[in-house]
Formats: sequence, C-alpha cells, structure tokens
Amino acid sequence: MSGDSLPGPVAGSDEMLASLGEAVPSAEADRSTGDDVIRVPARDLARLAEAARAGGFEMCSDITVVDYLGVRRVRFEVVVNLLSLQHNRRLRILVPVPEGDPEVPSLVPVYPGANFMEREAYDMFGIRFAGHPDLTRILMPDDWVGHPLRRDFDVGAVPVQFKAAHRVR
Amino acid sequence: MMAEPTSTTDVWVSGTEAPEVSEWMVAGTDEGAQEMERDETIERGVEQRGARVVDDWVVDDTVDDEERMIVNMGPQHPSTHGVLRLNIELEGEIVRRVKPIIGYLHTGMEKTAETLTYLQGGTNVTRMDYLAPLQNELCYSLAVEKLLGVEIPPRAQAIRILMTELNRVSSHLVATATNGMDIGALSMMMYGFRERELILAFFEKTTGLRMNHNYIRPGGVAADLPDGWEEDVAEILERIPRAMADYEDLLKENPIWIGRTRGVGIITADECLAYGVTGPTLRAAGVPWDLRKAQPYSGIEAYDFDVVTGSRGDVYDRYRVRIGEMHQSLRIVEQVAAAMPRGDYKTGDRKVSPPPRQRIDESMEALIHHFKIYTEGFKVPAGETYVAIEAPRGELGCYLVSDGSGAPLRMHTRAPSFSNLQALPIMMADSLVADTVACIASLDPVMGDVDR
Repeated sequence: MSGDSLPGPVAGSDEMLASLGEAVPSAEADRSTGDDVIRVPARDLARLAEAARAGGFEMCSDITVVDYLGVRRVRFEVVVNLLSLQHNRRLRILVPVPEGDPEVPSLVPVYPGANFMEREAYDMFGIRFAGHPDLTRILMPDDWVGHPLRRDFDVGAVPVQFKAAHRVR
Repeated sequence: MMAEPTSTTDVWVSGTEAPEVSEWMVAGTDEGAQEMERDETIERGVEQRGARVVDDWVVDDTVDDEERMIVNMGPQHPSTHGVLRLNIELEGEIVRRVKPIIGYLHTGMEKTAETLTYLQGGTNVTRMDYLAPLQNELCYSLAVEKLLGVEIPPRAQAIRILMTELNRVSSHLVATATNGMDIGALSMMMYGFRERELILAFFEKTTGLRMNHNYIRPGGVAADLPDGWEEDVAEILERIPRAMADYEDLLKENPIWIGRTRGVGIITADECLAYGVTGPTLRAAGVPWDLRKAQPYSGIEAYDFDVVTGSRGDVYDRYRVRIGEMHQSLRIVEQVAAAMPRGDYKTGDRKVSPPPRQRIDESMEALIHHFKIYTEGFKVPAGETYVAIEAPRGELGCYLVSDGSGAPLRMHTRAPSFSNLQALPIMMADSLVADTVACIASLDPVMGDVDR
C-alpha cells in the first residue's frame, strides 16, 4: 500500500525521541511497522510518560495489554499509545511485565484519561497499576473470577457467575 | 457553504475572535475552519470550568448527609442511549458527582477476535459501534493491510471514503435526533431517523444489510457499488441538505433549545486533551483536530473539506459541530461521486484476495486457493501496529498484533465512546439535574462501542 494513503504519524525529527532518551536512560527507541516505539522497564514508565507529556504528547489515546503466553519469555506487555496534537505524531510505549509480578506504575497522575483504560487492562489481564485511584473491574461483573483476555482463560463453557443467579431459579 | 448570519444567535460567524487556545491550535484553523463567536458572560460555564482535570470522586465531609442523595440512573433509562448506568450524587437539584458504570453490554469481542481469521474479523468489529459499522471495518482493515503491506486500488479507496462519510452523516443524524428527543424536541427525533433511512437504504442496496455490513474487508471492499448508485447518491445529496435546513429552522434559533443547551455541559480543550476526549466534543471545545486532516487515510486528503470547530464546548456547540460536519461529509461524498475512479474494488494480490469466480470453474488450483482463503484464511506477517481513523465519535483505533498465523494474537479497539465517557463527570459536575440528559446525548456514547 502506498505510504501516503495510510494513517500514521507524520515523520518528524527524532530530537524528541533523543530528549526522551536523555530524560529516561533506560528507554530504547525503536521502529515497529513504521511507527515510533519506545521500550522501557516498568519502573521508569511514569518518568517516561511525564517526560513525554512535557515534550508535547498531550493525550494518552490508548492503554492496552498483550498476553504473549508461549511466545515470549516475559508474558505480558503493556502498550501505551500517546498522541501529540501539536507535533502531529504518535508514540507507542511498550513495557514488558512479568507474570510473577504484574505491576506497573499508574499513568493517571500524568494523564487523567488513563483511568478507564487502566481499569480495563486490570479487568481483562490482571495487571495492577500502582497508584491508580480506583483500580476495580470495569467491564466484567465485580465478583467475576479470573481475567478473561488472558490467553489461558478458556473461551467456552464458563459457569454463570452473576450475583444472585441461584435465586432466580 | 454556510448562509450569511441572520441574527445574533447565528454562530456561524467566521473571522471573529479566535478561541483562547495555544498558538498552534489557532494556526491550524485557517484551512477554512469556522469559528463560532465567543460569549464571555456565561457565569455557569466559568463555574463549571472550576472542575479541573482531577478525578474528584471523593466524599466531601462538609455537606450534611441529609442534603446529599445518590440516585441511580439506568442501566435501563431511555435517555442513557443504551445500557449505561450513572451513579449521580445530588444536593437538591445540583449534580455534584457522577460516576459512569459500564460493562452491561460487554460481550468479549476482543477475545472473539482472537478466534476469528483476519477475513472473518470484520464481522466482529462491525458490531462494536453499531451506529458507525463501516468506520469500524475500515479501521480494522487498515490495520490488517498495514501489517500485510498490500496495495489498495484507487476505486476501493474511493468507495471506502464514500461509504464511511455517508456513515458519518447517518450517525450524526441519530446523534442530533436523540439529542433533540432527550431535550423535548420530539419532532427532531422523527426527522433525523427519516433522513437516516435514505442512507441505510443505500447501504442495504450496496452491502446487503442496513447495519453490521462486513463490507469493507482487508484488501478492499466486498462488492462493487450497485448499478444506479449515482442516482441514489444524488438523491441523498439533494434531500439531506434540504432536510437539514428544516432542522435549522426547528432548532438553531429556537429559544427553548438554546436555553436548554447553551452554557450547559461545558468541557474545555485542556480537559478534553487530559481525558483523551476526541471527535465533535473536542472540536466543539475549539481544537481543530481531525484525523482526516492530520493523519489522512484511504486518500481522503484528495478531497476538499473543512474542520468544523466550536468555541464554548457546550451542548449547543457540539450540536452545531455535528450539523457542520454533516455538511462537510456530504461535500466529500459529492466530490467522491463526481470523480469515482474506474478499476478493481479489491486488491489483485492473490495472497489476500480469492481468485475471480470464472477462474474457479476452469482451474482446480483456483478452487483450492479459494477454499483455503475462506477456511484457513490468509497469513499475516508477524508484527504489531496501531492505526487510527476519525470515526463519528472521535479517534477510533485498532491495535493489532500478529504472530504470523491466520488469526490475530491480539486485536484491541481504541473505542472513542469509552474515552469520551470519562468526560461525563467533568461536564455534569455542579450542573442541574435536568441537564443530565442533555449532557449524555451531546456526548453521543454508543454502548456497544464502550463495552465491546
């Protein structure tokens, strides 16, 4: 497909990525299918997000998680999509998160809009966002057991877990 | 395109003072974007702006418990536009805090996507935002195509733009109609759905279905436009602007409508950016951000259109922005229809696209090829990508991870309604309880999109 008809960030100078690298030395800039990505360990995520916001990324458009069960050594990857309106470019932050300690710092203090997205990530994958003001289930019922988007969560034949379901009979 | 201002309530005045936003935002408005006049005297708006960008869902001990009442609105309330539940904390007639509670329509579509092949995936995503199914399909298809690296023929791109822009009009018609109904303009409800029917009839003729089309697919579109599509589009282009003039007569200067919407549900540009609010809500707050202009897709940069912005960020501005966007979308449709390229409606890349029907009759290999594409699906190279387009409600994104097999390892949709819903507590804080339905309607949340 020709490049000009594809959505995607406008190719900009990489001064911004370099300045982010200076602010957070553990961050590694990379390219993935034509997009700018930064890989960073979980402990530096909040610092990187603060630097990115100061650098002009006003909006956190998306936070999600990928479960690489059986594909990668580190099972989860938290994916943060940032958008800069003034520079018209996107930046994706990839944070590997091990299964044993699925905790990353919350981005709500930096981007308030991360609230719902982090709740969804917690609900679906069981990733804990340290410092989130209200880390509860958002889409599944409160008393649901398990995190449905994990790849070892079976698709079919889930017993009904809704509150007071037995009383209906 | 717009009529000359006829009275003081006409907000379509270009060349008035720019919204009070950063330099770069103002710089972006000169592409014919229309700015509305500013009204500095809305005291309630100033008061609401006091709701800064913090989540203030904490109990305030200074108010006596007897004055405070928590009311549950929904999930079956007709004005919540689906199964949305709101925990509203009231002090008399004043809404102090709101907490949206969602998930009633959650059907695990992202989980389902992992079990479907890339070709089947379209049937899944089209059911997310059921008022804008074609945008969902387009976003998903663009993400798959970006990983595949296939070339899309110009006719397929033009058909995609034609269909998605018509979809934007039909979606905004519903938004305007239900907004009218919620505030008491019942005839607006009838009008909006009447005109939407025209577009849905065209969709049915083209795709076979009124909604959930699965028409835009990885590699192109499912079928060419039907015979006589030019006349249908010409009728849409003739009748909808005429009907919209009726809406303008009905609502634009209607004192009741203005009283119920102006200065109500204000959200500022800064709050929108902080909360990830996009689409008409962001533009009504004065930010000329439209992904069709900023990060164009499917060749939409070839057509002339303006980004419509407001300045106050209230319910009235959001209504005005939607009306303006409908005119702009019809402008795009007119240009696409006038210059529809000839050629294939799907890619000739045999890795993605099945062989033509007549080849199947004469060649065993073509039959096997056809069978394999529809049973196993095509393989997509390993990788991950994020693609976003401008849906009627804002930035619709698709984050797609492939492990090189025939089904995605992970398909995540960045739903505009999901993020926009976070703005509801900001809009409604310290407003009157009667304005609640106006705020919800102006945000235009689609619960299928929120819960997925």
